[in-house]
Amino acid sequence: MPPATGGGLAESELRPRRGRCSPQAARAAGRDVAAEAVARSPKRPAWGSRRFEAAGWWALLALVTLLSFATRFHRLDEPPHICWDETHFGKMGSYYINRTFFFDVHPPLGKMLIGLAGYLSGYDGTFLFQKPGDKYEHHSYMGMRGFCAFLGSWLVPFAYLTVLDLSKSLSAALLTAALLTFDTGCLTLSQYILLDPILMFFIMAAMLSMVKYNSCADRPFSAPWWFWLSLTGVSLAGALGVKFVGLFIILQVGLNTIADLWYLFGDLSLSLVTVGKHLTARVLCLIVLPLALYTATFAVHFMVLSKSGPGDGFFSSAFQARLSGNNLHNASIPEHLAYGSVITVKNLRMAIGYLHSHRHLYPEGIGARQQQVTTYLHKDYNNLWIIKKHNTNSDPLDPSFPVEFVRHGDIIRLEHKETSRNLHSHYHEAPMTRKHYQVTGYGINGTGDSNDFWRIEVVNRKFGNRIKVLRSRIRFIHLVTGCVLGSSGKVLPKWGWEQLEVTCTPYLKETLNSIWNVEDHINPKLPNISLDVLQPSFPEILLESHMVMIRGNSGLKPKDNEFTSKPWHWPINYQGLRFSGVNDTDFRVYLLGNPVVWWLNLLSIALYLLSGSIIAVAMQRGARLPAEVAGLSQVLLRGGGQVLLGWTLHYFPFFLMGRVLYFHHYFPAMLFSSMLTGILWDTLLRLCAWGLASWPLARGIHVAGILSLLLGTAYSFYLFHPLAYGMVGPLAQDPQSPMAGLRWLDSWDF
Amino acid sequence: MWGFLKRPVVVTADINLSLVALTGMGLLSRLWRLTYPRAVVFDEVYYGQYISFYMKQIFFLDDSGPPFGHMVLALGGYLGGFDGNFLWNRIGAEYSSNVPVWSLRLLPALAGALSVPMAYQIVLELHFSHCAAMGAALLMLIENALITQSRLMLLESVLIFFNLLAVLSYLKFFNCQKHSPFSLSWWFWLTLTGVACSCAVGIKYMGVFTYVLVLGVAAVHAWHLIGDQTLSNVGADVQCCMRPACMGQMRMSQGVCVFCHLLARAVALLVIPVVLYLLFFYVHLILVFRSGPHDQIMSSAFQASLEGGLARITQGQPLEVAFGSQVTLRNVFGKPVPCWLHSHQDTYPMIYENGRGSSHQQQVTCYPFKDVNNWWIVKDPRRHQLVVSSPPRPVRHGDMVQLVHGMTTRSLNTHDVAAPLSPHSQEVSCYIDYNISMPAQNLWRLEIVNRGSDTDVWKTILSEVRFVHVNTSAVLKLSGAHLPDWGYRQLEIVGEKLSRGYHGSTVWNVEEHRYGASQEQRERERELHSPAQVDVSRNLSFMARFSELQWRMLALRSDDSEHKYSSSPLEWVTLDTNIAYWLHPRTSAQIHLLGNIVIWVSGSLALAIYALLSLWYLLRRRRNVHDLPQDAWLRWVLAGALCAGGWAVNYVPFFLMEKTLFLYHYLPALTFQILLLPVVLQHISDHLCRSQLQRSVFSALVVAWYSSACHVSNTLRPLTYGDKSLSPHELKALRWKDSWDILIRKH
Repeated sequence: MPPATGGGLAESELRPRRGRCSPQAARAAGRDVAAEAVARSPKRPAWGSRRFEAAGWWALLALVTLLSFATRFHRLDEPPHICWDETHFGKMGSYYINRTFFFDVHPPLGKMLIGLAGYLSGYDGTFLFQKPGDKYEHHSYMGMRGFCAFLGSWLVPFAYLTVLDLSKSLSAALLTAALLTFDTGCLTLSQYILLDPILMFFIMAAMLSMVKYNSCADRPFSAPWWFWLSLTGVSLAGALGVKFVGLFIILQVGLNTIADLWYLFGDLSLSLVTVGKHLTARVLCLIVLPLALYTATFAVHFMVLSKSGPGDGFFSSAFQARLSGNNLHNASIPEHLAYGSVITVKNLRMAIGYLHSHRHLYPEGIGARQQQVTTYLHKDYNNLWIIKKHNTNSDPLDPSFPVEFVRHGDIIRLEHKETSRNLHSHYHEAPMTRKHYQVTGYGINGTGDSNDFWRIEVVNRKFGNRIKVLRSRIRFIHLVTGCVLGSSGKVLPKWGWEQLEVTCTPYLKETLNSIWNVEDHINPKLPNISLDVLQPSFPEILLESHMVMIRGNSGLKPKDNEFTSKPWHWPINYQGLRFSGVNDTDFRVYLLGNPVVWWLNLLSIALYLLSGSIIAVAMQRGARLPAEVAGLSQVLLRGGGQVLLGWTLHYFPFFLMGRVLYFHHYFPAMLFSSMLTGILWDTLLRLCAWGLASWPLARGIHVAGILSLLLGTAYSFYLFHPLAYGMVGPLAQDPQSPMAGLRWLDSWDF
Repeated sequence: MWGFLKRPVVVTADINLSLVALTGMGLLSRLWRLTYPRAVVFDEVYYGQYISFYMKQIFFLDDSGPPFGHMVLALGGYLGGFDGNFLWNRIGAEYSSNVPVWSLRLLPALAGALSVPMAYQIVLELHFSHCAAMGAALLMLIENALITQSRLMLLESVLIFFNLLAVLSYLKFFNCQKHSPFSLSWWFWLTLTGVACSCAVGIKYMGVFTYVLVLGVAAVHAWHLIGDQTLSNVGADVQCCMRPACMGQMRMSQGVCVFCHLLARAVALLVIPVVLYLLFFYVHLILVFRSGPHDQIMSSAFQASLEGGLARITQGQPLEVAFGSQVTLRNVFGKPVPCWLHSHQDTYPMIYENGRGSSHQQQVTCYPFKDVNNWWIVKDPRRHQLVVSSPPRPVRHGDMVQLVHGMTTRSLNTHDVAAPLSPHSQEVSCYIDYNISMPAQNLWRLEIVNRGSDTDVWKTILSEVRFVHVNTSAVLKLSGAHLPDWGYRQLEIVGEKLSRGYHGSTVWNVEEHRYGASQEQRERERELHSPAQVDVSRNLSFMARFSELQWRMLALRSDDSEHKYSSSPLEWVTLDTNIAYWLHPRTSAQIHLLGNIVIWVSGSLALAIYALLSLWYLLRRRRNVHDLPQDAWLRWVLAGALCAGGWAVNYVPFFLMEKTLFLYHYLPALTFQILLLPVVLQHISDHLCRSQLQRSVFSALVVAWYSSACHVSNTLRPLTYGDKSLSPHELKALRWKDSWDILIRKH
């Protein structure tokens, strides 16, 4: 593999991070370009002094920020009812205010911030957030919406600054800012109580601070360098703390850092000690700091949510003992299992629940017509079982008998307390998982047959040990068939009340599905011990809540025969999401990207790939580019590449995900896509202007192009703004509708 | 011209005896007692049924891979004169005398045998020593899992063969590139790379991984080529290098254009594989042209293109649906089962189990079997007659229609009543007038989804249509839920109000069709019972059939994903699992898929050493310390990219897969690991052993290690070939890991 051979100029250009090699020159060049852009920009009167220039720079930034805030806060209070997922995230905000424990598939930071915003703005947590469309009435909801809109508004200035730094061109930055300000989708998504504005805020903050610290690279270990580096770390923690999608920006920052370190490592003028310092600084700011913050959010989460609530059942017994109001909290129960104990048996797999039975038979045609055995997530009398010896039916609670403990390897019988039937299995296929055996309740008043015998085993323990409540991980092995009691996690049809299937699996693989623990334990003959000893440590809680979240996420599977959003729909803006309202009398809000912006973005990606590869091939062929073209190509390849990487990382992983996907998952990628558009068009127009330099009108091409793009997006926003700000009146087919003639795709339903 | 007469004809042959010996040993190890056991072993039961389908030329659908693999196996059956008559239903079943076991197992065994000399060639082409090459081949030779897998009627060995062939021919091509681009052998190896890649993909989708790897390496090399300034851009040579005549000259002159190089690679590595892949399907569809048990999964149009089955029924149907036509309507999505729109005398129960009420009108369901109650009559709402007028008035896109159920003459209706199982959708019924101010809402607008223009005519089989309810704009949809006993467990049909975009469950096509002729109900019933006929025949283009078949193969999901011997990718590296393939019906002779643990562990070790060493070298080079001479470094990198890369691409993707995984999925990755082993060993001996003494000690160690591998291989031989019945005690002694499942008879 011969190394790439290039001409002198190309070689110097090809060195990674030119900015670092000759920072002064680059900055000078950058300023030149910027100054030129400013000169051409209509907003600027003429060439000015440096101070004047700086003032203009700030004024533009202020203008962009102001416009962003104005669009996001305009008609924020409408509609005064719950829109779409506000019903979830608003409710979870209330849980924080009420301090009741709940379960969600996302990490807690976003909802905690929403709760905090509600708390500070005087919301008392009493609104129920039952379903979309419910009126807020006297409840104060503006604080939460305002907080989300506030964070959402920062997206535009952040993108503006990022592009400005990457391209050193005001017009590219302005174009990006316009695309985002005038995108109805970003606007809609920022106006409601959702996690997305918070998530995107942190993603963009991380991107901006990463770009900033890259450009501080010529002054390592200076105050701004530390500032931006640690800010990157903080934003990463924030992004991950809101949704696991934050992993993608972490990946991007990680790649950037590795490339950065690789470059520093190859710089022979730096000693290894210096490189070590660089490495340590990054480990501290980008790994240790975010991890600490992320863990801290969980610590706060567990501290705040101290009351028992709707999420208890998803968690293990030991976890529940922490929550006040839960019957395991401050409870004291006998420690070792004995014959005659009344117990509940919980599956160790998250979100499976308790072994359960009830007075309903399996329907005709599904195995033997005996009593159903299921698992059930909620606490219920039907979860109670009595543990008995397999061969005697005497009452072990008779005080004349001594207490006999159940030991590992004992043959037992489990009798359902309410119906007095024994846990039973036989060679019939299970209702859903055809390769497993059916589990039923059988026998009358505890008298059954030999198919009711189970061997109780503690995982990883020696024979003869006693069995501990909560702590012991136990398996039930059916004596006759040799199969293991487990739950497949599949939902039974209507006849099984949509509880989960219990089977006896002939495959002796050790999976959590077939491991159980004893949770409640009642035995008057035994002394109680306090459960506080069992309380899990913080790392255990952290680990468990992550397991539950991951399992919850992968449990969100799409069903057949349902319309689901596919990742390829998103960039083409194929279909939006109804936030509110269906009929023509309703106040309707429809989440849909501004098609002009989105289709321009799509076109830009294709154009970028084309122009980028042409330039790359030309450089690899050693073509001698004029200085200005070379500079512009650097912007395109470096800056554009950085942003394109962001788009790729935030978009393509969704193709691999098995869970249910929604349109709004594309928005982080869309931010990057818009930045790419800004950089690309500005660079292309400059190249065009340069190529036609001999013409008299050439200088105007760039200005005219940027202006027309700006005005075009603004006009399209004027057309499509009812989607975001809400509309009443007839649907789009009707010429009277505010959206008449704008339903460009049949799949948009507004 | 007569020059050859003046000189004696001399044939000089270079025969590498070690290559011959390796091939011989490979053949011996793979072909020895090939017909034993004369019984169905493990997945033979699965592939065997498809071979039978090929022999009988019956259409089938298999989601496990493209058809080339099955065709290779079927070729063996064809050569052995297999007639396809064998019931593949049980592992361990004795083969009847008409099954040519030897020729069925021959091709996979040959592929397995030839992989041995190919490993030798690959290491040699990577510019490592003859010893290293011998080492790689000998390891391949004694690897028990590879032997087992290639001695049976299974596809992994063929896949491995083509994977190795792709890598080998790419290396040959790459080595030609340096001294003689555009020579005959250059073209040959380049084309062979493309062909081998597409064959690998054609056998199993897994082949894509190696294809991607080869493409990646080729892309990197092409990128270097672009940077090579000695080559001209697009010059006058373009035409020249395309013509075979002047290839000789091209070798002389170095002025070959970059463009030609890139074009040749693109054609060979992108175009040829795609074309070949299509060719596999083309041959497949030519071979299996009769209708069979898997017809139901395919669309009506596809079924009609097969001989027998639906084609026999639909042959000669009128093409255009007219007002008065009698039709059966099949749901295009066909999940959970393919079914037809159906109605029967029974009504919805007044009150459902959960207390909700219904309209108590006649049930409309979707029924997965052919039935006289599946017939519907397309009626013009403005007229009363139910016969086709003369000339027939065809139904077009956008027309208003009523659908009248043939046997009960009630018309399809939907209204604002919740459907039985999907309360968010509307109930669909056949309208009964109870006189309770619930008027009939039985007008439907016909939308042809795949229309060419807005005035298209509704065509039998070909048109995919949606029925949009005029009053409520609900769409007729198959919800996929099974009705309870009152609905005879047929599938629920609903009116979906929020229909968003295209979804197969809302789309229907006409399958059986005839022009209704009888006005009288009694006569019409008789007419409905009799088979349909008139005449028009139609054929689907190959591309349409290909895309449908491919799509269905990818979309097919087997729901139950548990198997006694399934394993997770993490267990593979350390060989924590095995698969019992076959057990002798009486003795305890048995065949297992069980690897040579010494090779597996040292392969993984070599990989780790390679990764660590590479990292070390990379860091040192970055600080401008060059431990290796440039050529050794390039060799090391290329070997790693192909071998370690080959392992990675064939292994890592399994972590993302949700299907049931088995140990044999790891075998392609394992072969690449085996190729890497001697590379690492030679590198250590050449560059890390500093003195002659160290080198000799190291060689001695390697020899000792190899003999231990041989010993292990020999010990496990009874489980590989299944030829010897071991005592329970011996079997227990072989169970080196607790997780290995070796079968021990109890008595």
